[in-house]
Amino acid sequence: MSSQKFFDKLKIQLLFSGPTLFAFFTVVILPFLYGIYLTFTNWDGVSTSHSFVGMKNYLAVLDDTAFWTSLYKTMKYVLLTVILINVVGFFLAYMLTTEIRGKNLFRAGFFTPNLIGGIILGFLWQFIFSNVLVYIGEHFKIGIFSSSWLADPDKAFWTLVIVTTWQYSGYMMVIYIAGLMNIPKELLEAASIDGANAFVRLRKIILPLMVPSFIVCVFLSLQRGFMVYDLNIALTNGGPYKSTQLVSMYVYQKAFLSQKYGAGQAEAFVLFLIVAIVTLIQVYVSKKREVEA
Amino acid sequence: MNVSKALTKMVRYIVLVIFFCLYILPFILVLLNSLKERTEIISNPLSIPKSINFANYLSAMEKMNFANSFMNSLIITVFSVALITIFSAMTAYVFVRIQSKLNKFLFFLMVASMIIPFQAIMIPLVQIYGSIGFLNSKWALIYMYIGFGASLAVFIYHGLIKSIPLELEEAAMIDGASRLQIFFQVVFPLLKPTTMTIVILNVLWIWNDFLLPSLVLIKPEERTLPLSTFYFFGTYSVDYGLLMAGLVVTIIPVIIVYLFTQRYIIQGVMNGSIK
Repeated sequence: MSSQKFFDKLKIQLLFSGPTLFAFFTVVILPFLYGIYLTFTNWDGVSTSHSFVGMKNYLAVLDDTAFWTSLYKTMKYVLLTVILINVVGFFLAYMLTTEIRGKNLFRAGFFTPNLIGGIILGFLWQFIFSNVLVYIGEHFKIGIFSSSWLADPDKAFWTLVIVTTWQYSGYMMVIYIAGLMNIPKELLEAASIDGANAFVRLRKIILPLMVPSFIVCVFLSLQRGFMVYDLNIALTNGGPYKSTQLVSMYVYQKAFLSQKYGAGQAEAFVLFLIVAIVTLIQVYVSKKREVEA
Repeated sequence: MNVSKALTKMVRYIVLVIFFCLYILPFILVLLNSLKERTEIISNPLSIPKSINFANYLSAMEKMNFANSFMNSLIITVFSVALITIFSAMTAYVFVRIQSKLNKFLFFLMVASMIIPFQAIMIPLVQIYGSIGFLNSKWALIYMYIGFGASLAVFIYHGLIKSIPLELEEAAMIDGASRLQIFFQVVFPLLKPTTMTIVILNVLWIWNDFLLPSLVLIKPEERTLPLSTFYFFGTYSVDYGLLMAGLVVTIIPVIIVYLFTQRYIIQGVMNGSIK
């Protein structure tokens, strides 16, 4: 009887979770573990055999200044985009939760870039930065636009920041709107009666109660920032002179174009560690600031 | 007092309109220029097109192999999303209803795996599936999407299934329904709002994904829309009118769907964030 019951349970377990778990283990876990193994080999992607090289790939990572440059740029990009996306997203959400006409139209418009892939948005903005803005710069004599931003290393970096902010702030806005609508109205009214102006209400009531939304949005924008690839390849393609090559693109090229799979994977693994540490710290630190309504 | 209130309202409105233009104008510019010829664009990218000319569209659609890539994207998105949804709901159900140590561990593993960036997996992934000849097919890609998409979907479903009272299922069980029947007839319909959320989040991801398909689908006839757009831009890099038309034809279908489903999409994203 009890073994019958055990087999029933096993049958259900396999039937219900078998397909998912099989795909999950073979697509995520197995490659992840195999990837760690690869970092200790000198595989080039072509030959059928590869030998064990110990820590050599990791030592090479330490020496690879181009990798650290691109990682530094990625960190700078992540920091700037996380701040800008969330400031703009929160600002739009705050405006749209006041009494105003046409809320739905505004909301739908701000969200639109999120429906379209980074490749397409990248090409779209490439046209704007290299044609439309240059035309405006020349025609109306605006110095800053008169030469293409994509041809200048510093400005090209900023195009990535600007387009990323434009792309994702509408998404975070939607999450912030959901959070703002959950703030009890009575609380804000009571504060108003007590003489708190809009700014005080924002600082003392709204922002502390919005911490859970901030955690989610910062987490999402951090992850997207570290993983950016398609926008990078379509908008700047790493140029000019590889000055805007972010880490994802760097690792891709190292592994698939230079055929250094072991070394590339070691760098990908370093990237994983950094992302894991940064996101864990972020969640841990911000969880401590959560308050109850 | 009332005057200043009206004034703030107006300032607020103007600021929102300016932002709205910033978000929408890039799309309008692409649309305008897609109707022009190359010389017309170079002389003034802001001008209204002299005539409405759809030649760029036909030529772009043909050169991008649009119909074919559109179908590829559609098949991949529909199958991946349907399978992710059904399989993940079933998995979350068994994780909630059979509370074994193993299931607790598996659930934890799936949640923890969400922190792994795709870049940390892509190299071994290509190596493993390349060596068994499993690349270059839509079905391989769909299979991978199930693996990558399952964690988040299981996580979201798990939270909801916990709140479904067991009594509902017990009634059906007394009537002699099997576990599968109970799941599909009693539990799954109750999950509908969450299913909508998961469908929306996954469609947005899979329809627009570039890096994974670019690694898996190498043959031109297997390309999805983002891939064929990418190769199209690589080939016709200066023919602006043609390029803009290529962008328009890839964006328009999405916008049309958005016009009708806007409320659900935004609702879905809202629900997806409140884990």
